[in-house]
This record gives sequence, structure tokens and C-alpha cells, in this order.
Amino acid sequence: MVGLAFVVLFVLMALLAPWLAPYDPLATSWGAIRKAPSLANLFGTDEIGRDVLSRVLWGARASLLAGVVSVCISLALGLPIGMLAGYLGGWTDALISRATDAMLACPFLILAIALAAFLGPSLTNAMIAIGISATPIFIRLTRAAVMAVKVEDYVEAARAVGNPHLRIVLRHILPNILAPLIVQATLAIAAAVIAEASLSFLGLGQQPPAPSWGSMLNTAKNYIEQAPWMAVWPGASIFLLVLSFNLLGDGLRDALDPRHS
Amino acid sequence: MKLRLAFCLFFLVSSVQSQTLRIGLAEDPDILDPSLARTFVGRIVFNSLCDKLFDLDEKLAIVPQLATGYEWSADQKALVVKLRGGVTFHDGEKMDAAAVKFNLERHKNIPGSNRRGELAPVASIDVLDAQTVRLNLAAPFAPLLAVLTDRAGMMVSPKAASAAGEKFGAAPVCSGPFRFVERVAQDRIVVERYAGYWNKGAINFERIVYTPIVDATVRLANLRSGQLDFIERLAPSDVPNLKSDSRFRIAKIVEIGYQGITINIGKSEQAQKNPLGKDARVREAFELSLDRGAIVQVAMDGEAEIGNQWVAPDNSWYAKNMPIPKRDVAKAKALLAAAGVANPSFTLMTPTTSDAQRIAQVVQSMAKEAGFDVKIQSTEFATSLNLADKGQYDAYMLAWSGRADPDGNLFSFHACKQPLNYAGFCKPETDELINRSRSTNDPAARRKIFEQIADTIGKERPVIYLFHRHWLWAHSAKLTGLRTVPDGLVRVQGLKMN
Amino acid sequence: MGKYLARRLASILPTLFFVTILIFGLQQLLPGDAAAVLAGEDQDPTVIAYLREKLHLDEPFPVRYAYWLGGVVKGDLGDSLRIQKPVTELILEKLPVTLQLAAMAMLIALAIGITAGVVSAVLKGTVWDYAANIFALWGLSTPNFWLGIMLILLFSVQLGWLPASGYVSPFEDLKANLASMIMPAFVLGNAIAAVLMRHTRSAMLQVLSSDYVRTARAKGLQEYVVVLKHALRNALIPIITLGALEFGTLLSGAVLTEQVFSIPGFGKLIVDAVFNRDYAVVQGVVLFTATAYITLNLLADLAYFLINPRMRG
Repeated sequence: MVGLAFVVLFVLMALLAPWLAPYDPLATSWGAIRKAPSLANLFGTDEIGRDVLSRVLWGARASLLAGVVSVCISLALGLPIGMLAGYLGGWTDALISRATDAMLACPFLILAIALAAFLGPSLTNAMIAIGISATPIFIRLTRAAVMAVKVEDYVEAARAVGNPHLRIVLRHILPNILAPLIVQATLAIAAAVIAEASLSFLGLGQQPPAPSWGSMLNTAKNYIEQAPWMAVWPGASIFLLVLSFNLLGDGLRDALDPRHS
Repeated sequence: MKLRLAFCLFFLVSSVQSQTLRIGLAEDPDILDPSLARTFVGRIVFNSLCDKLFDLDEKLAIVPQLATGYEWSADQKALVVKLRGGVTFHDGEKMDAAAVKFNLERHKNIPGSNRRGELAPVASIDVLDAQTVRLNLAAPFAPLLAVLTDRAGMMVSPKAASAAGEKFGAAPVCSGPFRFVERVAQDRIVVERYAGYWNKGAINFERIVYTPIVDATVRLANLRSGQLDFIERLAPSDVPNLKSDSRFRIAKIVEIGYQGITINIGKSEQAQKNPLGKDARVREAFELSLDRGAIVQVAMDGEAEIGNQWVAPDNSWYAKNMPIPKRDVAKAKALLAAAGVANPSFTLMTPTTSDAQRIAQVVQSMAKEAGFDVKIQSTEFATSLNLADKGQYDAYMLAWSGRADPDGNLFSFHACKQPLNYAGFCKPETDELINRSRSTNDPAARRKIFEQIADTIGKERPVIYLFHRHWLWAHSAKLTGLRTVPDGLVRVQGLKMN
Repeated sequence: MGKYLARRLASILPTLFFVTILIFGLQQLLPGDAAAVLAGEDQDPTVIAYLREKLHLDEPFPVRYAYWLGGVVKGDLGDSLRIQKPVTELILEKLPVTLQLAAMAMLIALAIGITAGVVSAVLKGTVWDYAANIFALWGLSTPNFWLGIMLILLFSVQLGWLPASGYVSPFEDLKANLASMIMPAFVLGNAIAAVLMRHTRSAMLQVLSSDYVRTARAKGLQEYVVVLKHALRNALIPIITLGALEFGTLLSGAVLTEQVFSIPGFGKLIVDAVFNRDYAVVQGVVLFTATAYITLNLLADLAYFLINPRMRG
């Protein structure tokens, strides 16, 4: 489970950043601007003299946060709405489905850009924007899963016995739809990390001087030739983190949902 | 006979060689109508499309273009302009005094015109004869000639303008060396040589293609791969690399604009809630905590001149009685102690451009040493304008592209209640001084007044001026004849590809 | 069949209605005075007042919505206030560009994705399978704007083989057009190739273990005939319907790709319009895109319905 190992590694990196980082990620140094990697600065320095290694270590926090929180928002919104649509059916389902279709019809990034511009450029707002933009996918997934499980025998039995709807949903349906949701959530985290980087690339995500891989890439693109190390390390980190979540999601899918292996 | 053939071939070959000039712009221009146009980059395109009454030279002096001369009346309330003969618009119509009158009135009256404010002092225009107009002013207005070197002085064909009305910008018919061919939004603007141009000798290209490429790295990549011949606004960090490449040349000149930090000292009640806005000593301490030279070195790779006024130190209007203060952290700390606030905290509203972000971070870091806690608030452009206008900010990292006459960098910012006076600075004495500086054409008198204004602004600090950027152009080494004018515009007259 | 079609068509209208509310509402909620942004540097108050009137900014939300919707129904999507061109004209200008980019990206994605998927399924467990998987994961994990910049540096600046950016119409110069589109198409198609590869792989694996394939093998047919003629053909159906659905992903990706390569398509149009508060452009373009996406979905559903006899009746 390579994916899991890497993810744990990144989480540790994020948590232990204050102790692992050799320098303060915000400490500038006028004399050491855009210096190539050396013993003093293993990953080199950036455009105003900050140590890239320290910023990459601290940046793990922002990227992980962006990924996880966005997906939590999507789940928190998508799960209940999807369950309502799948369980109740009828007009509720029709209304929710049409609204979801409408959101899905708009290109994801456009929605995220418009929301982020509306809320203002910051990491928090980027997370909210990405979370809201990714909600329709979870609504759809939940709805489909609920509709499939709704007709199973044990649910019919529970209803026959006279259980209230809420109990049926929470005790019988929810546990049985978790598997595909977890898989999708893991993969969604990967997509959210890239989305945050994309928003930062356009200037709408985590703002400097706070370290975040996406915004580091945004700044680094102006110095690609003079200081490629500014872009290589954050870029590689994004790649590895996203890769690990993808691997993790794949592994979970193989484990939890045998039909898909 | 053979010699003549050879000559013909030679001219054919050389003219085919210098066919199209490809220029890379940093943004996509807006409407190509001189009355309605609102962006800096549009002026670059206008330079080839539309001639104006007067132009600027490298020293910012007024030189003739469509006009051949001018004369102020004795009471300074009327400007008589003599026009060049034999000038035609791209549709063949003659440019005469009636056309100039039409244009100036159009600039003033067309709905949505951005030139209304610029030409407000002009009360009426009289046609004296076919080649002479007189602009009548309500009161003397010194910056008028400088205004006429920009879009307000551009002349379009009255026939085409009347026919097209508001849609004129879609296919402008103007008076410059090149005529409009086509425009594909965000892709290219193509113009071709106008055979009837009065100064044909200075034009050495058949076509110009303007390509907007927003990303500076990509713009430079296009120059280096040979797809463009000329780019504007080269990134300062790319200068060293390009200098060592013999295929290209870099041209630079100090801009007429500036980069500064505007402080909310009275735009709204928020000014009173923040020590920076409330107390001039805190502002002085803030200025003293900054090392402008280091800011330029670190944030702009040295490609700027430090400054502390609305014009650059090498500008003839710079007030020599207010030199640039040196960094003095000790004095800053002492001032803060005297003001009773050892660690003032404020928010610096910063646009999301990479330049502004870098400068803000350097400022934040420097000011920290004197005890300031500067919080950088990255704000998207549209929102920042709104907040500044409402006075909902503490400090604002704002740059201004600059105008040829110093009044253009002064009036809208420091006169009471003017649209760009985001600081909320309002002193009747300063207003009076500014008005006087606009009403006299005597340079010595104007300089004296500017010195007084510089004194007040320097002490009150509604704006802390940081530096004046270098305009950086990069072009193929085969391109010659580039004139570096501080307004940052590329002039096609005289450009040649060898 | 007819009933199904009618039902599907009926569901489109409310969806479109929601789309218009969503994008119109979102735009109008954006902070900042659109008139101030469009007024340029000088911020002349008379210009701002004029623009406010033109944009109906001082009127209540439902009134503005009604103005806009009224125009849309008549086919008028409004004008771009920044460059005074009708939005419909801008769309017609940019559409072919993004369509070409999307089509090329899709072709590349199909070519790479399906091939990799087939190879991976047929050679399951070998180093080729592993390599194909890594490639798919790489495609999914790399930010496409990042890949774009790297490619420009390599192929344009260092090697000089391809133009760094910009676009040439295929009618003007086909060779130059292809040269300018190949890198962006690759960047865009990359991520989709990865998705396609995985779906192809799993579909192929399913099919390869099915009865009719076993029959074909038992008949003594050569392996590659089995793979290509029987297995792949059946695996293609879900793959192609997936392709239609990836249209949305293509457009999202196009936004960034067009920024990096300066391609004058939809993506660039929208991003610039959002930042310039050029409302009419954003609303018009997103509405158009949404309609196209919904239509494509409908066509994909219909195609699946027609191909799969189990769904009929």
C-alpha cells in the first residue's frame, strides 16, 4: 500500500514541519535571493531570499488542508442532499437532480473561479469554492448508491417492521453506501489539491507570504529559467501528494468494492 | 537596363524583407475608439493607428505632429493651434480645422467618453480658418498641451465617426501611419500601411500585428523563438539572461508613473481607527523604516529608480527641496514611542499581481524591524477599487501609469474629493496651490508652487511614493530606430528591420 | 423509445433554467463595481454613471435577470462592455478554436488511453501493465498548467521545435496551426488519457474473461484478432459514452491550458471576463457551454439506449 505510506508521510511532514524545517518559512534574506541549492539551503532560496525546503515542508499543511477540508465540505453538503434525493424520490428527487445537473453542466473550474472571486482570494475561500463546486458529484454518487441499496431486502424488512425513516437511513442505508463514497472522497482529495494549485496559479488561492505549494508555483513560473528549483520542489510535492491519494483511492476501491477490481 | 533591373530587385527584396512587424503586448487593449478608450495598452496600438495634434519626445518636450505650431493668447485663456496641411484620414477625407473641432467636441460629448474630464477646461472651439483652430478656456490651464499629446488630441475621420456612432471602435478610421484591418479579441490586432500618410518616409513596414500575451514568461518565449520581433514590459528578472543573448536588445527608460502606498488618512471613519491613518508621526516612522534602494534591488531586480514624489528625481518638475529620506530604524522607533504606539498593526491591501505581492512582502519584512505588524491582504483588482473608493482599507499598494504633465499625477490624487483621491486628503491650502500650478504657463512659477506642494505632501504622507519603474522593452537586434520615451509607448515612426 | 426521449427532453428545460439562475446570480454577487472596473484608470465619475446605467446595475436583481433572459430568448446574449463586441460574435470567434483544441485533446487521449488500457489489460501483471498504470497516474496527478510551462521551456525555448504560444487559423496555415496546437492538446488530453486508460483496462479485463471471448479463443482464432475484433469492440461502448461526459473536464482544463499557451479560446475568454467583471461575456459563454454539455449528455444517453437493447422497452 504505497499510497497509504506516502499519505502518512505527507501528513507527518505537515504536522512536524515546525521541527523539521531548518529555517522560518517567512524569514527573508536580502543577500540570498534566488540562490541555487547548496548545503545551507538544500532546495535553494526563492525570489526574496526565503528557504525553499522550509516552505515546502510548511506548505504541506496548506495543500493537505485544502484537499481534506474541501472534500469534507463536499461530503457535508452532498451526502445529506443526495440521500434525500435517493430515499424520497418523486418531486424532491426531480428538483435536486435538475439543480445538480445544472451545477455539473458548468465547467468545474469556472464555478470555482467565480466563487473564489466572489469570496475573495484566500486559502479558506478557495477551499469553500472548491468544496461547493465538487458537491454535485457527491450528490449524484450518494443518490445512485441510496437508490441501489433502498431496494435491498434488509431495508424492505426494516421498513416492514415499522422503523422510522431516519432510523432506516442512518442505521441501514448509510453504512452500506460508505464504500464507494470513501473511494470517491479519496480521489476527490487528489483533485482538490490540484484545484487549489490551479486557483493559486490564477491568483485566487493561498496568498503569499504564507507558504503553499500552489502559490509557490505561481510565483516560480516567473523565474523558470533563473531559478528552476523554485518550481521543481513544490511541483514535485504536489505531484507526489496527488499520486499518493490516487494510489490510496485505488487501493481502497480494490479492497472495499470487489466489483471494480 | 540590367542596372535598373538590379535596382528593382533590390528594392523588391528589401521591401519584402521588412514586411510585417510583430509586437507582443502585455494585455488585450479595450475599445479602439480614442474617446472611449480606457487602458494604457490601447495607447500603444493607437500610436500606429491615430496621429495626434502633438507628441512627446524623449525629454517629454511637446513636439508637433498633426499640428505644426501653437500660440497662447496674452491672457492664457485661448490656445491657437496651426494644423499641418495635406493630411488625410484613412478614408481619404481631409483633416482640417472643422475636423479638429468635430473631434474635440466628440471627445467632450459622446456618452461614456473618458476624455470629458481631460478636456473639461476647454469651453469652446473656434475654426479660424481651414488650417487654424482656437481652443477657448474658461481659465488658464497649463497641462492642456500635454493632454493633447494623448488620446484627447487624436483625430478620427468625422465622416466615419458620424456614420458608426458608438460602434466606431470596432473599425476605427483614423489619421495615423497604419489603417485598421482586423481585430480578433485576445488574439491579434492587424493594421496595414496607409499610403496617404503625411510622413511616409518614416514608415518602413507594410503591416503590424499586435499580439496580447499576458504572461511575461510566455511573451519572452515568443520573442526568443522568433515569433515576435518586439515585446513590451519585459520582466526585470529576465534582463540578465536576455542581455547575454546577442540576438536581442533591451531598451529601458524611467516611467512617468510611480509605485506608491496610499494611506487612508481621511477617506472614511476607518482612517481614525488605525494609528497609521490617525497620526502623521506613525506614517513618518513607517516611511523611515523602508529602504527604497533595497526594495528596488530585491523586488524589481534593480529595474527602477527610487523616488519620494509624484515625479521621478530626474524629471525637471521634481521639487529639489524634498530629497529622498534614508532609512532610519532608530528614528522610526523613537517616533512610534513618542506617538505612544510601539507595535502598530495595519492591513496593506495588495493587488494579486506578482510585482505588487513581492513589493508588499519586502515592505512587510522591513517595517517589522521598526515594530510594524503589516498584514498583507491580497485583493483582486475589482474588489480593491471598490474598497478603496469606500475608504474601507488602511493602506493600498497602488501604482499609477503617469501622465506627461505633472498635474496628471497630482490633481486627481491630492485635490479634495477627486475620483482617485483614495487617501481622502483634503487641505484647502493645497487645493489652492494645485489650482495655481495649473493656471500659469510659466515653468519657473510652477516649479515654485510644486515645491510648496511637495513640502505639504511630504509631511502629511497621504501617499508614500516608493519608486519609478523602468519601462523595459526587448526586441530583435535587427530592429533599429526605437525611441525610448518615458510614457512607455512604442512609436512606429523610424522603426526599421535590417 | 419515444417516451424515453420525450421524458429526457422535458428534463432539460428545468435544468437549463437552474443554470441561468446559477450563473446570473453568481455573477451579480461578485463584489466590486463592474462599472468602476470597466471605467479604467481615470475612474471618471460620469463614465461610471453612464456604465451603471448601461448595465442596469441600479435596478433590482429580478429586473436585471428579466432583461438578460429576454435577450437570450431572442438570441441576443448582450455585448462585451470591454471591447464592445456582441457576445454571440465572440463565441462564434472562439468556439472553433476551443473545439479544435478539445477535439485534438480527445483524439490524443483516446489514442494514448485506449492503447495503454488495452496493453495493460492484455499484458496484465507484466512490466508493461505496471508502466501503463504509472503513466495513467502521472497524467492524473500533474497540474496541467505546470506541464504546459515545462513543455514550452523544452520544446520552444530550448529546442525551438514548436511555437511558444499563440494560435494560427488552420485556414491560414495548417502546418503552423498544428504546430501551435499540439502542445496544448497534449497537455489537455493527458489527464483524460489517464481516465480513459483505466476505464479501458477494467472494461477489457471484464470482456476478456467473458464467454464469447472464451469461445473465440476456443475456435482457434489468433490472439490479436480476439483482442481487437471481439473484445475491444464490446469494451468501446462504455468508453465512448464516457468520452462525451468528459467534455466538462475538457473545458475546465482548457481554461488553464489556454492561459498558459495564450490560445484565444473560451477558457481564456471566461477567465478574463470574470476578472474584468464583463458580466455579459461570462453569462453568455457559460450558458452556451452548459447547453452544449447537456445536449452532449442527452446524445450520449440516447446512443447508449440505442446500442444496449436491455434498456429499451
